[in-house]
Amino acid sequence: MGNPNKAKAERGFMRWVDDRFPATQMWEEHLAKYYAPKNFNFWYFFGSLALLVLVNQILTGVWLTMSYNPSAEGAFASVEYIMRDVEWGWLIRYMHSTGASAFFVVVYLHMFRGLLYGSYKAPRELVWIFGMTIYLALMAEAFMGYLLPWGQMSYWGAQVIISLFSAIPAIGPDLAQWVRGDFLISGITLNRFFALHVVALPIVILALVVLHIIALHEVGSNNPDGIDIKKKKDETGKPLDGIPFHPYYTVKDIVGVAVFLFVFAVVIFYFPEGGGYFIEKPNFEPANPLKTPDHIAPVWYFTPFYAMLRAITFSLFGLDAKFLGVIVMGGAIAILFVLPWLDKSPVRSMRYKGWISKVMLLLFAISFVILGVLGVLPTTETRTLVAQLCTALYFAFFLLMPIYTRLEKTKPVPERVTG
Amino acid sequence: MKKQLFALLFALVPMVGFAAGGGGVHLEEMNPDLEDKASLQNGMKLFVNYCMGCHSMEHQRFSRAAEDLDMPQGLVEDNLIFSDALRFNDQMHIAMDSGDAEGWFGAPPPDLTLEARLRGTDWIYTYLLSFYKDPERPTGVNNTVFPLVAMPNVLEPLQGVQEKVCAASDKPVPGAELDPLTGKYQSCETLQVTQPGQMEPEEFEEAIYDLTNFMAYAGEPSKLQAQSLGPKVLIFIFIFGVIGYLLKREYWRDIH
Repeated sequence: MGNPNKAKAERGFMRWVDDRFPATQMWEEHLAKYYAPKNFNFWYFFGSLALLVLVNQILTGVWLTMSYNPSAEGAFASVEYIMRDVEWGWLIRYMHSTGASAFFVVVYLHMFRGLLYGSYKAPRELVWIFGMTIYLALMAEAFMGYLLPWGQMSYWGAQVIISLFSAIPAIGPDLAQWVRGDFLISGITLNRFFALHVVALPIVILALVVLHIIALHEVGSNNPDGIDIKKKKDETGKPLDGIPFHPYYTVKDIVGVAVFLFVFAVVIFYFPEGGGYFIEKPNFEPANPLKTPDHIAPVWYFTPFYAMLRAITFSLFGLDAKFLGVIVMGGAIAILFVLPWLDKSPVRSMRYKGWISKVMLLLFAISFVILGVLGVLPTTETRTLVAQLCTALYFAFFLLMPIYTRLEKTKPVPERVTG
Repeated sequence: MKKQLFALLFALVPMVGFAAGGGGVHLEEMNPDLEDKASLQNGMKLFVNYCMGCHSMEHQRFSRAAEDLDMPQGLVEDNLIFSDALRFNDQMHIAMDSGDAEGWFGAPPPDLTLEARLRGTDWIYTYLLSFYKDPERPTGVNNTVFPLVAMPNVLEPLQGVQEKVCAASDKPVPGAELDPLTGKYQSCETLQVTQPGQMEPEEFEEAIYDLTNFMAYAGEPSKLQAQSLGPKVLIFIFIFGVIGYLLKREYWRDIH
């Protein structure tokens, strides 16, 4: 359009670049000629939103680092300094703290989408495993980040989690001390968590995101019908049910981004503490190693696993309850990694699976939410019982999967996507 | 005076009271109003006059409060900054050494910058209204919200002496049932002012409201900025979303 000389100059420039770096090729492979199924629905917004939140965390994190003081003596005051004296510091900090919770919201929805439409099944096993590794790294990142404000809950939350290492027989206590770098959580722990939070883990997460996307673009995106769009191509080799990611999904994702940002901004401006779930109240008091809070609860995104840990109140096979709890908690995350090999169903999408799969997924999702709620509450006998039941259901979803996906009758899968 | 000091010194030894206010106590509702500058100004006046002897606000600057609460610098310097060591741009530090305070009270009085975010405004408001005469305590007072608290009722000159009496109260009293005939709570745990102070009870409640309001402000001064910026950002995102949607609809017209 416009000036033909200018267009010619641009082409010349791109040719010059392309001779030296595959810019156009990459643009086409990953955006302009990456064919995605045309029937993406609501659940397909959360991948790009996770990327948006990641960028938000990195940018706000960089700016927070400029004013934060990673020492036991200065950390708490420096956060208040950011909140009060740094220009726009309060906004940057709330974007970061709310972003942490938003990250887990979108990632949990993104993972649920995978379960719903069988996006983990062949040939997307590696996409799923890279994604699960991102989730694992993200949990470490969030956990270490939560220590940095050096409030009471920062301190005691970290105390509880690190003490889990000490439940491991024989090497436990030494391992916990090695993680802390001290006999108790101290400025040394804070400094190493800071280093890992702002340097090491972000690099790991970024690398994994690249792997996740490369693996995805190698095999192509799944869709709500769980069918392979590459089987039906037109004469030029384009999938009949595929549309170029750019511009179709880039413009569609803009709408998702706007809705997300609206909700995100409402939280940032009006409920930055998220009702005490995003920033817990005891964290407005500086860390005090001599004063244990009445009730220690991790941040909401860890509570399902925390509830599982507390649900194990009995010893078994000569292992004590605490260690068993640690195993169960670790197992709950580990089992997600082998999910692609547990699902024996001939179909991918829940749309065509049998009723047992549907019921199991529903029970699994409900159990996960109930465990999340129980994890913030103090334990009672009834709650422990409910937590045990939900933990059993959580594992049943996975462990029984090879059986029920084989047993149940599936519906016929259509040839083309149904929208 | 000597006797009181002596009593105070003894208060320091058993430090049970510093644990935390117990759960399950009925709290009055207190909704902060950050737009009410007169209330916030009065609250700050009360804070520097009655609380700042012992409690600092290490993160709150006088200058920031002056700006946010519409107070001229001169007025703040003349009326709200008592120490020669403090300047207008300083944070609200106190002169009391925390080591001394620990010796006197058993634990240093906590910094109150973030108290409203830590315990909530309902708690602070109710706590400050819930001191009552208790001759068994070294300070001569106890508190229903924070039993065995080490803090004396520094607002007693304003409030007067409050005592636990057997009476009917309009407000819920822990352990008392509502009398369906009178619509009141009959209890011997009712708090009542028995020796009037400088203020009437309603006047005092208003003063405590202002004080709590100021503490709510100091806990999060950025809330004022957030409230003024929030709607603009939301309108922007909304318009962005509408344009984004129209753009999407236009592009997707040919996809079936």
